[in-house]
Amino acid sequence: MIPGSFDYVRPSSLDEAVSALRDAGDEGKVIAGGQSLLPLLRLRLAFPEVLIDVASVPELHGVRDEGSSLLVGAMTTHYDVLRDPLIREHAPLVAAATSTVADPAVRHRGTFGGSLAHADPAGDLPAVVLAMDGVFVTSSREIPAAEFFADYLTSTLEPDEVLVGVRLPKAFAGWGFHYEKFHRTAQAWAIVGVACLVDRSGGEVAGARIGLTNMGSTPVRASAVEAAVRGGAADREAFRAAAASAAEGTSPPSDLHGSSDYRRHLATVLTARALSAAAGV
Amino acid sequence: MTAAPEIGSARLRSEDARLITGRTNWTDNIQLPGLLHAAFLRSPVAHARITAIDVSEARERPGVIAVFTGADLADEQGSLPCAWPVTEDMVLPDHPPIAVSEVRYVGEPVAVVVARDRYAAADALEAIDVDYESLPAVLDMESAVREGADLVHADKGTNKSYEWVFEAGDIDAAFRDAPVVIERRYVQQRLIPTAMEPRAVVCSAVGDEYTLWSATQIPHILRLMLATVTGIPEHRLRVVAPDVGGGFGSKLQVYGEEVACLLLTKRLGRPIKWTESRSEGNATVHHGRDQIQRLSLAADSDGRIRGLKVDLLADMGAYLMLVTPGIPLLGAFMFNGIYKMDAYHFKCAGIFTTKTPTDAYRGAGRPEATYAIERLMDELAGELSLDPLEVRRRNWIKHEEFPYETIAGLTYDSGNYEAATDKARQLFHYDELRAEQADRRDRGDPVQLGIGVSTFTEMCGLAPSRVLGSLSYGAGGWEHASVRVLPSGKVEVVTGSSAHGQGHETAWAQITADRLGVPFEDVRVLHGDTAVSPKGMDTYGSRSLAVGGVALYNACDKVIDKARRMAAHLLEADEKDIDFEGGAFSVRGVPDQSRTLQEVSLAAFAAHDLPEGFEPSLDSDATHDPDNFSFPHGTHLCAAEVDTETGYVKIRSYVAVDDVGKVVNPLIVEGQVHGGLAQGIAQALYEEAVYDADGNLTTTTMADYLLPAASDLPTFTTDRTETPATTNPLGVKGVGEAGTIASTPAVVNAIVDALRPYGVDDVPMPCTPERVWRALRGGGPEHSTRPGAGGGLGSATEDSRSEA
Ligand SMILES: Cc1cc2nc3c(=O)[nH]c(=O)nc-3n(C[C@H](O)[C@H](O)[C@H](O)COP(=O)(O)OP(=O)(O)OC[C@H]3O[C@@H](n4cnc5c(N)ncnc54)[C@H](O)[C@@H]3O)c2cc1C
Repeated sequence: MIPGSFDYVRPSSLDEAVSALRDAGDEGKVIAGGQSLLPLLRLRLAFPEVLIDVASVPELHGVRDEGSSLLVGAMTTHYDVLRDPLIREHAPLVAAATSTVADPAVRHRGTFGGSLAHADPAGDLPAVVLAMDGVFVTSSREIPAAEFFADYLTSTLEPDEVLVGVRLPKAFAGWGFHYEKFHRTAQAWAIVGVACLVDRSGGEVAGARIGLTNMGSTPVRASAVEAAVRGGAADREAFRAAAASAAEGTSPPSDLHGSSDYRRHLATVLTARALSAAAGV
Repeated sequence: MTAAPEIGSARLRSEDARLITGRTNWTDNIQLPGLLHAAFLRSPVAHARITAIDVSEARERPGVIAVFTGADLADEQGSLPCAWPVTEDMVLPDHPPIAVSEVRYVGEPVAVVVARDRYAAADALEAIDVDYESLPAVLDMESAVREGADLVHADKGTNKSYEWVFEAGDIDAAFRDAPVVIERRYVQQRLIPTAMEPRAVVCSAVGDEYTLWSATQIPHILRLMLATVTGIPEHRLRVVAPDVGGGFGSKLQVYGEEVACLLLTKRLGRPIKWTESRSEGNATVHHGRDQIQRLSLAADSDGRIRGLKVDLLADMGAYLMLVTPGIPLLGAFMFNGIYKMDAYHFKCAGIFTTKTPTDAYRGAGRPEATYAIERLMDELAGELSLDPLEVRRRNWIKHEEFPYETIAGLTYDSGNYEAATDKARQLFHYDELRAEQADRRDRGDPVQLGIGVSTFTEMCGLAPSRVLGSLSYGAGGWEHASVRVLPSGKVEVVTGSSAHGQGHETAWAQITADRLGVPFEDVRVLHGDTAVSPKGMDTYGSRSLAVGGVALYNACDKVIDKARRMAAHLLEADEKDIDFEGGAFSVRGVPDQSRTLQEVSLAAFAAHDLPEGFEPSLDSDATHDPDNFSFPHGTHLCAAEVDTETGYVKIRSYVAVDDVGKVVNPLIVEGQVHGGLAQGIAQALYEEAVYDADGNLTTTTMADYLLPAASDLPTFTTDRTETPATTNPLGVKGVGEAGTIASTPAVVNAIVDALRPYGVDDVPMPCTPERVWRALRGGGPEHSTRPGAGGGLGSATEDSRSEA
């Protein structure tokens, strides 16, 4: 577990970070909490020549209230997310999912932005941000969540682009929420996860958002289920029936924690449970 | 005068502060002037001929001192030892520490780099070029024994290392016309022992005197074996096991890396360190379990067992290591468990595969046996619609029948299965849980409740030397201790046991304080260094207390005997009239005239006025060789909730009532039980070393080789009954392995019990949610072997996503 050698720079502004990345060409890599990048380095699966540590870039820190949305700085650690009053109030689903991430040690170092930029479909936060239609704010542009996750471990960030933060709409205030994570041990990655928001403002289901973790090479929306529950009754039977199509259009992986068949099955069961829990029924 | 008795006191472990903070002598903490670092290049393929190795570029890398291949060391490196030739015709292949011409498992060393630092050493590995000519992987034991199978060792002409048979009673008669015959095939999956401290070795030489520090359980055995393998004379080699962070059997080994570090130190004249990484360890510490068990049990219609047939295939892996072939045979005497029967037949074949060698792992042979019999007892209960506790009661040895000679030829000295079971049943609220189970079944609750029973025993306290000899084991099973009462009255205890997390420093000090009547704080326990503790057989097989503790007990008695003579001399009384109590000697009937042990010690040290023929000082030496094994037992009950929609298993409650005989420190016993339960539960639910079709280990990280954390385990309810062992003066039996041995079948029995109404009578281990779910649906394909780690670590072996 000895990484290859690399240079290390620690820019103190966003501009410096971008130019450091530009200078490094294809050989540079941003490092945030290092909780995903360092294992890849130590297993010698990645050999970047220079690591650009963005910990001292002020623009990446803090959670800001922007009126109709929150801007969550990329360097906000999982631990800070869990304690942040703005997130708790306006984006409790983010906190719920974050509380299932790894263990306290990892949550103290790992960052919100790093989790998303890593674009791991087994990570818990991508499905959440996708379900919420978050917007990725980078050093050069804004990218809607639906366009951010390109493939397994691949985002649409350019090599010289730094993720500054993620804009989360406050539109889901008052919606029921739940993150249903299915894993074999408390510290293991999700075999399947379901991020769910349900609007029951009129008694019936006025709207629902569902993001699925580890059901393909990117996080996916269970759009068929969202459509099926809209306008219907908020009860377990209805949710179960609607959730039967949760795996539609997905291509989940087969690995030693679960086959793709099994994941498809789990997606239906867990989506029904997540809907019920979010709707409080 | 001493206060409360030390033996039986729940003292906090005095070694823990330094072990937990890591401010201690871990091997990897050792720094020596001029220390060099070794890194091993390992085979990336399961089976291949090495046709060429080019190390020239690696030698030129900055910081690199030397690079050696197996061929470079071939003349000196010898063959790693196997000390347990279980049959006369056992096939024992050569096992070069660094492969010379052929590799037979992924991870086998093929070259070693020595460099100024770990980074340079790791970088240089990438510059070594090896040409492999691929040979067929041999992965499945059942196909490996078929005619014409691909061979692991072509020159041996077979994949079978040995076949070993044990028979007692008339097995044919037992099965003839038996009203009930239960036949099952169980698989003991392969496990990877996971100690907190990875393996590490430091080696140095001064002149021709060598010192090897190693994270080992067996400094004494290792010294002898390394001397034999390398030709360095035994008296020129000191082996130190400094603080060692767990082993579970994996450090009961003579590893190629230890041999290589010694040889490199000899060649280069510089001290060398090697510390493995976790992934390196997963592939290369010896693995455990890995058996296919074919079992038949014959019984009468009232549930009384008539006979048991056991037919095992045991995976040796690619080579026979220190005690590899003997491990399944430690189970041979345990398949009958606590039960009486008329006949028993045991057959085991040791099979070579192109996988990491197997060897002892916590319980070693006994968990496999206990699993089989305890699963079968539940199957028998199911077949006869009897309560699983009742079927056991009808078969077990009653407490008044001890000592009892079992069908496997062991004499169980003591036990009380009724008492342990009654206690467990109460603590568990057995009847209430059965009622809840019935209710859930009636309601068709998607979450079903299962109750699993395991009334286990095990043989430990390894071992009577005479028995080991009769099993062709290469050594004896005694243990040594010595006690030195220093002039100031402080006491040094030297033990041949080699603690690696068990708490000897506390327990041994308690025994000594208790026997000698000195304060606990005045005792220091020395161990794990062949220069300090010259004799010993080390720590494994729950032997430390039952053998080494008894040696210490005897050594304390010798000190008292000697001191009594000195005290009689000082008190001008007859030795026969001297009483020893609370650390002081007095003349019987004249209590005001007394001498403390400290006073006696000082007088014996000063030697100004000694009794005739008395040698100065109060030191003593003792060895203990047990007459028999010891037989801890207990009743474990597990309640598991099984989610029939997802297959998820949650352990709701777990009661363990263990009988480990007399207890020196209840807190240590409790800790051993907790850790043991965690490991046994892990075999039932989480752990499995997985190989893909090409023979690559795919569980190389902890994201894929799942271990439970505290949050994954229930709050255990533990209690004890105390039936003293009759075979040693302390009445102790050993507790190191009990929890691991007992818990695996308790958990799987609970899962199967929950699902029996659905027609399920087995779920292969580990009972992953998918396997449980598939069992409910009447089967289905086996798990994929692809790593699934999040974070992209799964790509360590291959792209886990390419086959969606
Ligand atoms: C033992 C363990 C268990 C874990 N379990 C879980 C789990 O259950 N669920 C889960 O979701 N996660 C889990 N994680 C991952 C954890 O959440 C990581 O923190 C997260 O994936 C990455 O965040 P980081 O800050 O450490 O990013 P880093 O490792 O520093 O970076 C990850 C990637 O993102 C890029 N990156 C980071 N920040 C930026 C930025 N501002 N701009 C552009 N690119 C950037 C890096 O270049 C790199 O490619 C686990 C990690 C560990 C070590």
